[in-house]
Amino acid sequence: MRTRVIVFPGSNCDHDAMYAVKNVLGEPDTEFVWHKEESIGKDVDLVILPGGFSYGDYLRTGAIARFSPVMKDVIRYANEGGTVIGICNGFQVLCESGLLPGVLIRNESLKFICKEVYLKTEREDSRFTSALSAGQVVQIPIAHGEGNYIATDEVLQDLESNNRVIFRYSDREGNVTPEANPNGSRNNIAGIMNEHGNVFGMMPHPERACEKILGSADGLHVFKSLQAHFAELVHA
Amino acid sequence: MKYFVYLAIERKEAILDPSGKATEHALGSLGFSEIENTRIGKLIRLTIDADSPEKARTIGESAGAKLLANPIMEDFSVIEVALEPRVHATRIPAKKNGKVTA
Repeated sequence: MRTRVIVFPGSNCDHDAMYAVKNVLGEPDTEFVWHKEESIGKDVDLVILPGGFSYGDYLRTGAIARFSPVMKDVIRYANEGGTVIGICNGFQVLCESGLLPGVLIRNESLKFICKEVYLKTEREDSRFTSALSAGQVVQIPIAHGEGNYIATDEVLQDLESNNRVIFRYSDREGNVTPEANPNGSRNNIAGIMNEHGNVFGMMPHPERACEKILGSADGLHVFKSLQAHFAELVHA
Repeated sequence: MKYFVYLAIERKEAILDPSGKATEHALGSLGFSEIENTRIGKLIRLTIDADSPEKARTIGESAGAKLLANPIMEDFSVIEVALEPRVHATRIPAKKNGKVTA
């Protein structure tokens, strides 16, 4: 699985993403791509937009990173069907770039929240969640000040009716309740994908939950799903 | 000619503004009971080299639409095109000896 992790000035989960894919998952062809590059390279399977505070979150989260030189190629790649996952700040960049709808605003509580949360898996037939089963609850940490997902009613309806919500904040039993919503996101949305199913953004950090010693290995399922997806393509 | 172009950016009315809400509560606790629905936006000053104030305004509007405001959650307007930067009239008296007074 040829994976490229984009590094913006202010990215700080790039090494975590690299470690999760290269060391834990065991995919040797995993490299960083500096944001000044104009190409992500050839035959890339997966692009990861990592977490952090690109450009210090100036103006709006993800707003300036979206115009980094490399993003032109990432957008081309995504529009041609390439697989992109944006985590935390990466999700914010995807929304700013228009690859995903909606936007992430300040948490309802105004606090930066760093804690383990539970997520209900909404579907197992996406390339990002095939190693999970629908309804399965995973424990993955969040760490953000601006993770409050909002979108117009029309966009939300489109997301819901086309099953594009992949993860929702829930309690340990999988009940999607206001109490389980850490940041005020509409419909408890923690992760969504685009209409073609190749671009996915989530606020929680699966790369920080890939080994038991870190409190949870549930995040690894996301990367395992992608690994299985590309292995299948090779053998198909 | 250089023009100072000011853009005001506000969140759309339907979008929650948690920082505005927190500030409104603080104002309320200071006794400003007549203040309601406080919203916090942004004021951006661009210095633009253009042939005319109209041209400067158009460039400012284009910058606003492309990057400075996010149309999903914000509206903006160019509120001023001037030859000099805005002079702010209000001067808050400095606190004496660094002591904070109630």
